[in-house]
Amino acid sequence: MNPVTYQRASSLAEAVRLAESSQLLGGGTNLVDLMRKGVERPSQLTDVTALSAAIAATDDGRLVIGAAARNSAVAAHPLVRSRHPMLSRAILAGASAQVRNMATVGGNLMQRTRCLYFADVAGSRCNKRQPGSGCDAAGGFERYHAIIGASPACSATHPSDMCVALAALDADVRIVGPAGKRTVALVDFHRLPEDRPDQETALKQGEVIEAIEIPDAPFAARSDYRKVRDRASYAFALVSVASGLTLREGRIDEIRIAFGGIAPKPWRAYRAEAALRGVVPTAEAFKAAADLELAEATPLAGNAFKIALAKRTLAAVLTDLSGDDR
Amino acid sequence: MAIRVNGTEVDPPEDARVSLLDLLRERLQLTGTKVGCNQGACGACTVLLDGNRVLSCLTLAVQADGREVTTIEGLADGDGLHPLQAAFIEHDGFQCGYCTPGQICAASAMLREVTEGVPSYVTADLAEEHITLSREEIRERMSGNLCRCGAHNGIIDAILQVATEKAA
Ligand SMILES: Cc1cc2nc3c(=O)[nH]c(=O)nc-3n(C[C@H](O)[C@H](O)[C@H](O)COP(=O)(O)OP(=O)(O)OC[C@H]3O[C@@H](n4cnc5c(N)ncnc54)[C@H](O)[C@@H]3O)c2cc1C
Ligand code: FES
Ligand code: FES
Repeated sequence: MNPVTYQRASSLAEAVRLAESSQLLGGGTNLVDLMRKGVERPSQLTDVTALSAAIAATDDGRLVIGAAARNSAVAAHPLVRSRHPMLSRAILAGASAQVRNMATVGGNLMQRTRCLYFADVAGSRCNKRQPGSGCDAAGGFERYHAIIGASPACSATHPSDMCVALAALDADVRIVGPAGKRTVALVDFHRLPEDRPDQETALKQGEVIEAIEIPDAPFAARSDYRKVRDRASYAFALVSVASGLTLREGRIDEIRIAFGGIAPKPWRAYRAEAALRGVVPTAEAFKAAADLELAEATPLAGNAFKIALAKRTLAAVLTDLSGDDR
Repeated sequence: MAIRVNGTEVDPPEDARVSLLDLLRERLQLTGTKVGCNQGACGACTVLLDGNRVLSCLTLAVQADGREVTTIEGLADGDGLHPLQAAFIEHDGFQCGYCTPGQICAASAMLREVTEGVPSYVTADLAEEHITLSREEIRERMSGNLCRCGAHNGIIDAILQVATEKAA
């Protein structure tokens, strides 16, 4: 690891001032690991965990979660558990209790891919780590890579479970920078790779994530998250689904769906949502919606199984959510 | 400022690269905390930071400045065994013992989380405030601590016994 200095930001303004010349440090669960592997090489760290970690509802019912809130605190919060259960379940599906106690919301949004070739500095080419160098994942171990939204330059997936739920919940990301405050929808926060897989998010140099905001909505209260992985716990997703819905007179009224594990960013399934709105929830309807969403999937040789897995996982979640015992 | 380790104040290292794990083992000779993967995947390095279980391999020691660290050496009451330590012995909760300090630190925090009503991925009703601690719940809540010797069933038995005694 390269030598590095460490300081703590005691206010948002100080964090913004220091962000220009340093890298922000949340819990360190991703950054410290990547520094040790030589993927990230900051010379200055600014610890932002003393900034707001508050979790509170505004008068209009929006839930505001400070970027320094620990993942475990969000998952265990009574308002999240009752109003946005898919968010609790998604966070609890990720990593381990130890990692969730350390990880912050800001760090979770900004975490890098778990592509093995990205982390292998000495042995592998990677367009995300070193633009233009090539990609050794193609033709390699492709099991964890994307089936949709990828590019020839990069097919790495975004590893977050939390962000998949936030995409389905219409969350916003509040950002502060030298030029002031702005808000970006979570679904627009992460970029698709195209020919610049190194440019991953809408965050610009010198900007700091201040908080996320989630609107209150009936579909969010009737929601869940399901994760399919290679072992029962403590593994990244092969496929995951976040969804919430409401029913009116036996038909789906509001519905939100997002996939994890299959794309370079949390994959909001707008086409499947549109196909299901106003429809009687049946196995056939769920299958048709999943087929439509994944019609343009272009799997690699090693991960074509994810298409069927994603469709079945979606059907299972929707069957459960539209059932009578909800 | 200072880091409080098992009640004793320790200066944070000059070099910000030093992990909390290395500070404990190499500088303070508290070798109960173990190095496994050094990348967050095994839980052998688990300690308590302000009472919460964390991985000392991914924590920079400077991040613990002003905070309270408890290691396996600080968990027991003097020379007496912590109830979890006694239960691990009784239920064969280990073979080589390498993962054990991490398992026991993690389990002690986990039992507190359960009494506070913290849910897990396998908790059916997330809104429910009372957690019923089944074997499935323990498996999920302890999944961050791997045991290469495969003593997991004994570990679950030991934790279940301590949880049951606590509740009684
Ligand atoms: C063994 C292991 C297993 C895991 N399994 C899963 C899993 O199954 N599912 C899952 O979703 N995740 C998993 N994770 C990843 C984990 O969720 C992330 O590492 C964590 O969320 C990152 O948060 P952090 O606060 O530790 O970030 P850090 O490591 O501190 O920082 C990560 C990045 O975020 C930036 N950053 C931090 N705060 C801000 C801010 N306020 N504004 C702007 N930028 C900021 C940092 O500069 C850095 O680039 C796993 C991690 C480990 C180690
Ligand atoms: S040594 Fe820290 S998790 Fe393995
Ligand atoms: S007892 Fe040997 S690793 Fe767990």
